[in-house]
Amino acid sequence: MKIALHEVTRRFGAFTALDNVNLDIHSGELVALLGPSGSGKTTLLRIIAGLDWPDQGEVHFDGEDALSRSVGERNVGFVFQNYALFRHMTVFENVAFGLRARPRRLRPTEAAIRARVNQLLELVQLGPLGQRLPNQLSGGQRQRIALARALAIEPRILLLDEPFGALDAKVRKELRRWLRQLHEEIHVTSVFVTHDQEEALELADRVVVLAKGRVQQIGTPEEVYEQPQSAFVHHFIGESLSVPVTINAGGVHFAGRRLDLDPHGLSDGEASLFIRPYEVTVVPESGGAMLDGVVKRVHGFGPARRLEIALREGDREHFIEVSAPRHEAIGIGQHVGLRPRAYRLFASTADRTQGA
Amino acid sequence: MSDQPLTLPGYPSRTGYPPGMRAFRTPSMVLRQVKPASDARADPTPMRWAIIGITIAFLTLFVVIPLINVFAQAFSKGLEAYVAAIGNADALAAIKLTLIVAAISVGLNLVFGIVAAWAITKYEFAGKSLLITVMDLPFSVSPVIAGLVFVLLFGAQGYLGPWLQAHDITVIFALPGIVLATVFVTFPFVARELIPLMREQGTLEEEAALSLGASGLRTFFKVTLPNVKWALLYGVLLCNARAMGEFGAVSVVSGHVRGETNTMPLHVEILYNEYQFMAAFAVASLLALLALVTLVAKVMLEGRAAKE
Repeated sequence: MKIALHEVTRRFGAFTALDNVNLDIHSGELVALLGPSGSGKTTLLRIIAGLDWPDQGEVHFDGEDALSRSVGERNVGFVFQNYALFRHMTVFENVAFGLRARPRRLRPTEAAIRARVNQLLELVQLGPLGQRLPNQLSGGQRQRIALARALAIEPRILLLDEPFGALDAKVRKELRRWLRQLHEEIHVTSVFVTHDQEEALELADRVVVLAKGRVQQIGTPEEVYEQPQSAFVHHFIGESLSVPVTINAGGVHFAGRRLDLDPHGLSDGEASLFIRPYEVTVVPESGGAMLDGVVKRVHGFGPARRLEIALREGDREHFIEVSAPRHEAIGIGQHVGLRPRAYRLFASTADRTQGA
Repeated sequence: MSDQPLTLPGYPSRTGYPPGMRAFRTPSMVLRQVKPASDARADPTPMRWAIIGITIAFLTLFVVIPLINVFAQAFSKGLEAYVAAIGNADALAAIKLTLIVAAISVGLNLVFGIVAAWAITKYEFAGKSLLITVMDLPFSVSPVIAGLVFVLLFGAQGYLGPWLQAHDITVIFALPGIVLATVFVTFPFVARELIPLMREQGTLEEEAALSLGASGLRTFFKVTLPNVKWALLYGVLLCNARAMGEFGAVSVVSGHVRGETNTMPLHVEILYNEYQFMAAFAVASLLALLALVTLVAKVMLEGRAAKE
């Protein structure tokens, strides 16, 4: 099932949750909607499901208008953030709910329902727990029941809202791997919402980065990580060092000094210099055309040793943290130079794409 | 080797005492815990007893003794007289009317209460907080006023009176008026029990049911209703107790026609005013019994709800 969103806008009073969002999700894909809280990712998911409606825009499933259909008619499996299991029903009845709710002529026989539910409980590895109530299960088990319940209706699309949000780190990792495997087996078009970049990058075929109701970037995990197209994405995904710089007369300037960096064709004005912490070399000399600063703290030891360096700009200090060089003895208070092996520049005013 | 402390018999343990020594030291420490010389947190003992005593004495004087007295007076002339007083035609008519009124009002308020709670907890709309405030009106308004409102509306001199008379419909001094007044005073019970619970539960389970293809009705009966059933029963119970016991509002609209428009509370008053104390208490004992049954059922329901 292909999902296409066209210029979708959703407002709640004065707050714009989604601002002109365009998105195409291919059949069989596993897509992550990644963004900080308030970025509109859950609203987007609910609009796809039919639990919320856009003020403007269109939603199509395989070219068919989805907005003219209710949530029940769209045949989507929705896994809620806190699972929303029916608390007074057994696990078995929870999973069977969607099948029993079908109109009589489409409803499977009782024997077929039993077989299907048991098969699903096996699939989520909770076969023996059918007669338990939801509050007798652990968080990870509830999550899997919620998934089995959603899969019972043979959904054309599987939607998951922060599927691992309420779980502890270890269970989260296991379930993540398990969900990826499951997706490879059943191959249903799936969209999940997360604020955890690690989750999105590890699990998804493609990642949609959202902020303030707008799509910032869509790409494979590799693309959004290696080629961030805006300061926001660079900052949000992976670790970043950023320093405010000025582009002037074809040069990059920091604190009034020209650095030996190329402005990558960025026009004159304020900009941000972004560097990944592992792509910078710290050298014991300073001054000249290098970024430089004073070591304020040293943490860790051996290969994990990191330096916290203060860069001075007038009377302001910018703190950045980088890996310490292996074979140089560098101590607190020492002046050091920073030589980026790769970097990106983004103009401060607009999120224009410029980079190396 | 494990890193357990080595405690061979006869050798000092790591704490420096031989193993037996610790057992020897324990009793004095226990004693000190049991008998604190003075604990700043606790109120002095006489004060505690005084407060508990006052509470019990007050409750006994104002609740327990009067309640016992109801039954004592009811049976003061023996079981036969008691049965005769209740078997009296007017008393039976009052009991029947009370049951009919309670059944209709509770039925109506069950439906109204669920609808109102649903509207308030599942939808967003302008004027919602006003609605919640208005819903509490029956609690804050004197029941007499509730009765008068209906007399002014539907009575012979009321706004709708002439029209009702022309169509030969009697509301005031008849069953419809009594039901109206009772519905008014008992309206909040069901809704007020449901609203906090339904608000806490939110709409996620309903959304889940809808996303699984369930119809609105199925969602309501299979998901919403089972989730609130204990609160609903509790609300119905309170609603019923009040419906049967309501005096003020019903008194205004009933007209006190013996054997026709007298409910049990009104019948008790009439008997009492006629100095038929024993008979008055006999009918009153039924209402008191209702109160006791309500109380027991309430405790049981709360137990069930807490378990789930």
